[in-house]
Amino acid sequence: MLLTEIAFDLFSAIMIASAFMVIAARNPVHSVLFLILTFFNAAALFVLLGAEFLAMILVIVYVGAVAVLFLFVVMMLDVDFAELKRGALQYLPFGTLVGIVLLCELILVGSVWFFAPGAPQALAHATPSGLTNTAALGQILYTNYVYYFQTAGLILLVAMIGAIVLTLRHKPNARRQSIPVQNARSRQDAVTLVEIEPGRGA
Amino acid sequence: MFLVQPFQSIGVPYGWAWFLSQAIIMVVLSLILMLSVAAVILADRKIWAAVQLRRGPNVVGAFGLLQTIADALKFIFKEVIIPSGANKVLFLIAPVVTATLAFIAWAVIPFAKGWVISNINVGILYLFAVSSLGVYGVIVAGWASNSKYAFLSALRAAAQMVSYEVSIGFVLVTVLLFAGSLNLSAIVEAQRHGWFAFTLLFPMFVIFFISSLAETQRPPFDLLEAESELVAGFTVEYSSTPFLMFFLGEYMNVIMLCGLMTVLFLGGWLPVWHVAPFTYVPGVVWFILKMAVLFFLMAMVKAIVPRYRYDQLMRLGWKVFLPISLVWVVLTAGWVMAFPHGIGAY
Repeated sequence: MLLTEIAFDLFSAIMIASAFMVIAARNPVHSVLFLILTFFNAAALFVLLGAEFLAMILVIVYVGAVAVLFLFVVMMLDVDFAELKRGALQYLPFGTLVGIVLLCELILVGSVWFFAPGAPQALAHATPSGLTNTAALGQILYTNYVYYFQTAGLILLVAMIGAIVLTLRHKPNARRQSIPVQNARSRQDAVTLVEIEPGRGA
Repeated sequence: MFLVQPFQSIGVPYGWAWFLSQAIIMVVLSLILMLSVAAVILADRKIWAAVQLRRGPNVVGAFGLLQTIADALKFIFKEVIIPSGANKVLFLIAPVVTATLAFIAWAVIPFAKGWVISNINVGILYLFAVSSLGVYGVIVAGWASNSKYAFLSALRAAAQMVSYEVSIGFVLVTVLLFAGSLNLSAIVEAQRHGWFAFTLLFPMFVIFFISSLAETQRPPFDLLEAESELVAGFTVEYSSTPFLMFFLGEYMNVIMLCGLMTVLFLGGWLPVWHVAPFTYVPGVVWFILKMAVLFFLMAMVKAIVPRYRYDQLMRLGWKVFLPISLVWVVLTAGWVMAFPHGIGAY
């Protein structure tokens, strides 16, 4: 399995390097593109683990949808890069503080971590034999955890409605096309032939 | 897979035999694909011309058969011009991304029984992922060109492709519910007793066809290169080989989507009727015939239908296709639950 190890080293090295470049790149568009590269390598690591469904979903959701919107927004912003760099230095102590707090919390969580009963056995054979991991995930989500799954779905639905309500603006004088009205128009009420006499005009 | 055993018989170990056979198949497939892109471009122009009572390309080679080759050579031998204000690296990466994505999508398309480079379990998700990445080539090109036209076109492209991907996703879900698998070969085998296009899924086939026109920026949805508004859209600043790569990627995506529609709805390599004269024809011939019919439809749409306005395009995607496909997912799921053994539709 030498090839797998080489692939793992390659993908994880590129992933760490591009994750670093996300925060180090001067141009925010480059940052987003490095973020996409990071997602890609994460997907490749999933493939190496045999979790092909998760890999594809990662690419579809994060790279195909979320990152496109990031890129969309970042490209539209008129960012003064020099100003941004000066700001970054100014916030460096605060950023470092947040980072240290986060690291401490992670260490605390990690040190008191304990596994649910039965988790080590489940980890040992993550996918039941004879099932693709898509089917295995589906069986777990829609049988054991169906209520949690539905709750997550409802929360997302509420969030989506909230976002739409917040951004929906009805401009009073916007001109909208009503397709049924448009289709109902006939030649008679749209076109009139006018006989124009010379020298008189319409 | 075909060449593994011949290589093994001359003493190559299995790993290397597999690697060599895959590499050879990939190279051969890429060559065939590029030639078929040339043929498809010519067919597109000929059909377009015939609708408009013109002759179309008829000078280079017999019946203009070599016209596309001549055009390609012309592109390659021209100078690559990079605008001084452009972001050079991204400007050149964008066409490479587009062309690469157009090629890698073919890895999972089964041309006949067992004729597939990588028969992965999540084939359809892979194709969906690849097609959702297609937007990056356009958006990066538009931004890196440092041109207003190109940038506006990139914004249009991003909105358009993300919008139509939503309904394509739901259409794929309905097909998956009928087939019960994400593997493309299994989806074809599930249509042995009736193609999905002639079942409950027929409206989904229509929606998928129209959405794939939007996804590949074919007319009537070619708003990102609407000449009268945006000159040539995101390709305004591109010349020579980079432009050729965009062109290649675009047409290869078109025939890839024809292939995908063949697999999903028209029974892939399966013959029209499972009776004697039809079953003698090899599967790959059926596959190519079905793709050709679909491409003819696409070319006719290009020739006949006038271009949409942008708000009409968005309305069609979000207010028409999305609700219909969403309802159809529920309907199909109910149907599959009601007739779990052998769907009653056929």
